[in-house]
Amino acid sequence: MKKNMTFHRKKVWLVFLLCAAMMLGLVGRLIWLMGFRSDYYYEKAQDLHERERDIKAARGKILDAAGKVLADNKTVCTISVIHSQIKNPEKVISVLAKELSMDEEDIRKRVEKVSSIERIKTNVEKSVGDTIRNYGLEGVKVDEDYKRYYPYSTLASKVLGFTGADNQGIIGLEVKYEEVLKGTPGKILTTTDARGVEIDEIGESRVDPVAGDDLQISLDANIQEFAQQAAKKVMEEKQADRVSILLLNPQNGEIYACVNVPEFDLNHPFELNTDVDTTGMSQEEKQDLLNQMWRNPCLNDTYEPGSTFKIITMSAGLEEGVVSLDDRFYCPGYKVVDDRRIHCANRNGHGSQNFVEGAENSCNPVFIEVGLRLGVDNYYKYFQQFGLLKKTGIDLPGEAGTIMHKKENMGNVELATVSFGQSFQITPIQLATTVSSLINGGRRITPHFGVTVLSPDGTYAKKLEYPVEEGIVSEKTSETVRYILEKVVSEGSGRNAKIEGYSIGGKTATSQTLPRSANRYISSFIGFAPAENPQILGLCIIHDPQGVYYGGTVAAPVIRSIFENVLPYLGIEG
Amino acid sequence: MAQEKNIKTWKTDMTLLALVLLLVVFGLVMLFSTSEYNGRVRFHDSAYYFKKQLFATALGLLAMYVVSQMDYHFFVKLAPAAYLLAMVLSTAVLLFGQEINGSKRWLNLGPLSFQPSEFAKAAVILFLAWQIGRTKKSTTGFWFMCRTMLTLLPIVGLVGSNNLSTAIIILGIGVILIFISNPKYAQFIGLGAAGISFVAVFLAAESYRLERIAIWRNPEKYEKGFQTIQGLYAIGSGGLFGRGLGSSLQKLGFVPEAQNDMIFSIICEELGLVGASVLIIIFGLLLWRLCVIALHSRDLPGTLICAGIMGHMAIQVILNIAVVTNTIPNTGITLPFISYGGTSVVFLLGEMGLALSVSNHNQQISAYDRE
Repeated sequence: MKKNMTFHRKKVWLVFLLCAAMMLGLVGRLIWLMGFRSDYYYEKAQDLHERERDIKAARGKILDAAGKVLADNKTVCTISVIHSQIKNPEKVISVLAKELSMDEEDIRKRVEKVSSIERIKTNVEKSVGDTIRNYGLEGVKVDEDYKRYYPYSTLASKVLGFTGADNQGIIGLEVKYEEVLKGTPGKILTTTDARGVEIDEIGESRVDPVAGDDLQISLDANIQEFAQQAAKKVMEEKQADRVSILLLNPQNGEIYACVNVPEFDLNHPFELNTDVDTTGMSQEEKQDLLNQMWRNPCLNDTYEPGSTFKIITMSAGLEEGVVSLDDRFYCPGYKVVDDRRIHCANRNGHGSQNFVEGAENSCNPVFIEVGLRLGVDNYYKYFQQFGLLKKTGIDLPGEAGTIMHKKENMGNVELATVSFGQSFQITPIQLATTVSSLINGGRRITPHFGVTVLSPDGTYAKKLEYPVEEGIVSEKTSETVRYILEKVVSEGSGRNAKIEGYSIGGKTATSQTLPRSANRYISSFIGFAPAENPQILGLCIIHDPQGVYYGGTVAAPVIRSIFENVLPYLGIEG
Repeated sequence: MAQEKNIKTWKTDMTLLALVLLLVVFGLVMLFSTSEYNGRVRFHDSAYYFKKQLFATALGLLAMYVVSQMDYHFFVKLAPAAYLLAMVLSTAVLLFGQEINGSKRWLNLGPLSFQPSEFAKAAVILFLAWQIGRTKKSTTGFWFMCRTMLTLLPIVGLVGSNNLSTAIIILGIGVILIFISNPKYAQFIGLGAAGISFVAVFLAAESYRLERIAIWRNPEKYEKGFQTIQGLYAIGSGGLFGRGLGSSLQKLGFVPEAQNDMIFSIICEELGLVGASVLIIIFGLLLWRLCVIALHSRDLPGTLICAGIMGHMAIQVILNIAVVTNTIPNTGITLPFISYGGTSVVFLLGEMGLALSVSNHNQQISAYDRE
């Protein structure tokens, strides 16, 4: 048997020391991982272990001027399945398919998918959710949350807008005031094992949601309702395509009503409001139809305003001093501008008339003459000064801009047509806002719905403010315009808007849409009351009425019937 | 005999025994903690793994006691037979092995299963001690080195065909014992260089091995780095003092098979840097005791046995912790006494019994010697 040599011992020692050194190195590695990198790995591990569930915040309500709730929340359920907890998949599939009236195959796919949690359906009625919960199926989760609910369904649908599956605003005020209304979602943090099963001993931490603020708007449900009825009535009577009505306070820009019939049902925003047969349509075509339905023509679309725009020509002429009330004009039924003969609506001519009579008659040659006296430069100056080149700034998304000739392309012919409201396009809200500003003493107001932001617990109320531009015309010009427009209603083409006991100002318009050969018309009327100190301004636009299409005959009575009811309602005295 | 003057009756090395028992108890506690979830989820029995390990540990302690009471020279004499048996068993496992988790490493013996590669490691230690001890010629030559390595090749090949990690351990034990038995140093530097180039060629030969390197460099970018990264999350989230015994979250299915190779990461998570360092220190002390026994052994086989056992322990501990901490690329090596594995614990305790036997017979005139 061999003996140990010294070198054996040395080498054993050496091996031991090498091993000990390596182990020390590993301790060093541990110090690095567990000391210096600990936070990094701890956080990563935390992310892995924690499952986060959002708790929806209650969305703020939208209230009308009187405090009526126009957009509310109701409790609905979200049905999900937790794969690892399902004991009886066949039963789960059949029950969910039955109760949710969904395709079995769809549900099977999600039930059999290996994931921690799989959503089956959102926005399920609470009663259906309760029924499913009562089955007591393992692995099926019924979570309650909020869904937007619109008590008046079609009322001001294109103004209020609606929300999507995640309660986010999609159109209208719902999207414009998203930040105000949405609130801050809460969170439930639970710790789970690798299968996604919650570990009960650790419990859950919860961050409570903060409810969104309420929004009070100037729109009055009663006025809106009445205007909507009136619009619907005239649309049916005249078999028109659509009718828009705007009612606002010309002094501060608060909008009382914004009607666009046909409206749609806010509680079912994905169902078309017409009887169009959508079978065989592509997904895109259907979406186009929906997008059309959701448009708010009062601000998303432009039109040729026609004679109502003579108010602007009138104001510019008076302000510039190129015309006075007593100036006399002669209308032979047309006016030659450069080499073009432009007709008056009355082909026989209005004969001799002063400026006020010209306005009462809505005589084109009179206003062409005023326009020509101003000249392109001045006319353009006032067009800009009155705010017509910029958007009104209304608190709704998608406002369209003005489509106008470039100044350098404007000759006398273009100037002449613009003077009586043709060959360019503006939005209805632009017309209503500009006229409001011209008759309120020259303050360009910002039309708006939002008035106050209210905290849900009533601790604060924040008044919303909107810009006002002073002095777009002088007070004197404004007064003269009001006088002339009162005459138009009391003695001229707007006489159908007359109301006993009230002084009403207004202007009619009948414009032919492009192409002119189609013989389609837009009849409109813009009116305000009381004429001396306007408190309300109304604009009614009827697209393609059948039969008689004169604005004074078709549109003026609509504003009259609305004013007859709304003036006493608002406590406005003649 | 020259040393007979300072004869001193050595009793069983109590320090070694205490360290082993400490590790065994600590291992069982940690095994229960890490395997509790997997046992509950898979077998509806929290103690499923624990019970099996407890049984193996009891068997191992019995083996350790019996072996420690016997003269280690008896085992040295049996070494060639043990070596042959290891080869037979390793062949058998290739033919009739039971597949668990995709590798064929177990032989079924009725209710028990047996991992021949664990036996092979112990057999190799004894075989080398026997072979080097009986070599009449000088053990300094290069030829001796090569011949000794060559005798290991059959078992390395057999084991390595389905268990590369164990083959590496066996090779490592071989290199350490040859190094100890050879008075020279220089040629080992050459051997080391040859070894490194061999490993490089070995890695480059198969792209999947290079992939392991890529995963090692950047475990978060690869799907196969999952185990590594989960281990790192566990280690890192332990911090200084850990989440507390039993409070690991990573063992809840995130670290796959937490009770096996990756158990050290859960120890880090539950006991923190302090607990993990203490465990490494205990292993260090165990190596130190084995080293001391080897130094005091009266004859070369005793020294080689203890040095072999020390080498075996050191390689497994160091490689395991290095893998778990992603210090080196991933390879499946268990942590002695702690990781789940019945055969492993039985043979480890058997090896400890051998070391104790060497310590018992240190400086004593054994019956074997008197002949």
